[in-house]
Amino acid sequence: MENIFIVGLLAATLRVATPLIFGTLGELFSERSGVLNLGIEGIMFLGAFVGFTAAKLTGSLWLGLLMAIIAGVIAGLVMALLTVRLGVNQHVSGLGLTLLWTALSLFGFRMIFGEPSVMPSISTFPTISPFEGVPYLGTIFEQRLLTYIAFALIPLVGWIINRTRFGLNIRAVGENPEAADAAGLNVYRIRTQSQMIGGALMAVGGAFLSQAMLGAMSFGIISGRGWVCIALIIFANWKAIGVLWGSLLFGGFFALQLALQATGIKLPYELLMTLPYIVTILALTIAGRNVSVPSALLKPYQRE
Amino acid sequence: MKFKIVKVPATIWMRVLIPVLSILVTFIITSILILIAGGNPLEAYYYFLIAPLSDRVSALEVLVKATPLLLTGACAIFAFTAGYWNIGGEGQFLAGAFAATGAGIMLVDVPPAVSIPVMILVSFLAGALWALIPAWLKAKLAVDEVVTTLLFNSIILFIIAYTLNNFWRNPLTGWPQSPEISETAHFLRLIPRSRLHMGFLVALVVIVIEWFVLARTSLGLKMRALGMGKTAARFAGINVNGTLFIAALVSGGFAGLAGGGDIAGIHFHLIEAVASGLGYSGIIVAMFAALNPLAVIPSALFIGLIDTGAQGVSRALGLPTYLGDTVQTTLLLVTLAMFVLVNYRIKKV
Repeated sequence: MENIFIVGLLAATLRVATPLIFGTLGELFSERSGVLNLGIEGIMFLGAFVGFTAAKLTGSLWLGLLMAIIAGVIAGLVMALLTVRLGVNQHVSGLGLTLLWTALSLFGFRMIFGEPSVMPSISTFPTISPFEGVPYLGTIFEQRLLTYIAFALIPLVGWIINRTRFGLNIRAVGENPEAADAAGLNVYRIRTQSQMIGGALMAVGGAFLSQAMLGAMSFGIISGRGWVCIALIIFANWKAIGVLWGSLLFGGFFALQLALQATGIKLPYELLMTLPYIVTILALTIAGRNVSVPSALLKPYQRE
Repeated sequence: MKFKIVKVPATIWMRVLIPVLSILVTFIITSILILIAGGNPLEAYYYFLIAPLSDRVSALEVLVKATPLLLTGACAIFAFTAGYWNIGGEGQFLAGAFAATGAGIMLVDVPPAVSIPVMILVSFLAGALWALIPAWLKAKLAVDEVVTTLLFNSIILFIIAYTLNNFWRNPLTGWPQSPEISETAHFLRLIPRSRLHMGFLVALVVIVIEWFVLARTSLGLKMRALGMGKTAARFAGINVNGTLFIAALVSGGFAGLAGGGDIAGIHFHLIEAVASGLGYSGIIVAMFAALNPLAVIPSALFIGLIDTGAQGVSRALGLPTYLGDTVQTTLLLVTLAMFVLVNYRIKKV
């Protein structure tokens, strides 16, 4: 009994961590290039809506995912237009875009599906099980391909940011855009590209929720997961490897709370849900002074 | 012939024209959406802007919708002016609503002359209290307020959900809905047979006070100096942390008033969806008002008009009410872009 509980918990942890990993890695690209993207909550919602709707209408889950990625790239471009090209305040633009993408998605959902008594649904991405038949491992690792991609992306993104020319450019414009510009880099272009990649990853995180976990589009589908990613990035100290620990910790916590709720044990689970947020604030407070926040974060760059 | 974009500081006339230009550009952008959805944009804008004002009931409803927006707009302006990015208006609104519900349930057999001021005070204090920890962390430990205020929005929502699911659950229906507050705690109706309540007057008073403090007092001067830059403010001998603290707490108090007002004037009980984005909309109101306290009045009325009109658009054209939210948020982003764009001219080379 206890084994089944723990195995189920571990499997759920990997599942719940998946959208957080996509979202946080997306935010990582954005913030390392010097832009705080508070549009993440809205982009994840947009990704969930577009992924679900395109999959429902075309009958192809992968086509749905592709459309979600395109929507995410466009959302990244709009964020870049406002904050990179025009240098508009990043907090307000990001928050405004979260509101815009949410409103647009809800508008689109109502236009396409009306107000149905039974919510439309799709069959979700199938699970794959590399350890089929192996006790425990078989169940724990029975996951969707997207979950494997999410975990594989962590070292890949770390490698891109730390070891490639492109990553060096991202870090350069995020730390010191004036020097990067003097060295011949196009600050606008690199920051815009980071926004587009980031938007795509955030949208995939949202699409995972509607296309892999729920098989439906609910209005509370993101319910603050984007804000959790904003917290996770600080928790991860702006490093890809930190995203792994952070998302496992948060994912594990959410999974534990869901599992305990399912067992019927009387617990104030709403209050337990506040713990990850409180832990993040504590982490922020303790680590406050030695975090490696990108130096040019929040600073628009204007070429004279 | 070649053209070049040059930077020229905008004239005062251009600045005055920003709201008008922004509304026009927003309408052009959202018209595309309405056309795609198969609606007639002109008809849609008739229902958004004119229809709500053409009869008494819906014209008063615009004022009802504007009431919380005036206060959450005032909340955003008070903090932003001092350079404190309080994104927690939503949570502070909820804290005000939560506390006002608790007070309203307990205030039985108290004359309204006592209970109503208590409701106002409790709402304000609850909002300020919910702004306290992020403000303290910012002032003492330089912890970024954007993330903390944002996370505090989620925390209060969970606390409210917990309370509604356990202590305040409606015993008859089983819905997570608090008991009704007592009659004596209700805000007075300003006009019979309408939902317009005295919270609207409270909001106007708050806005005049805010304008006075920011424009005419030394505290306001300090806050504005702080908003321009911390280092300079410190060199000018301003108590940076103290000023920041006051800005954050009063800002939270304003949002708390909005939440308490909606409980005492509209809902009379607490539900989880009581704020449903009104705290965030305050940021739209504040930016559209260019952080000018008095301009919040037309700004909130305009957003309230769009909110009211969205219902009519939905009924008449069959377009989802979310069109109203889309128009408002587009307006925010266009306004932000306009503030920058007015500083540029296209010139012949």
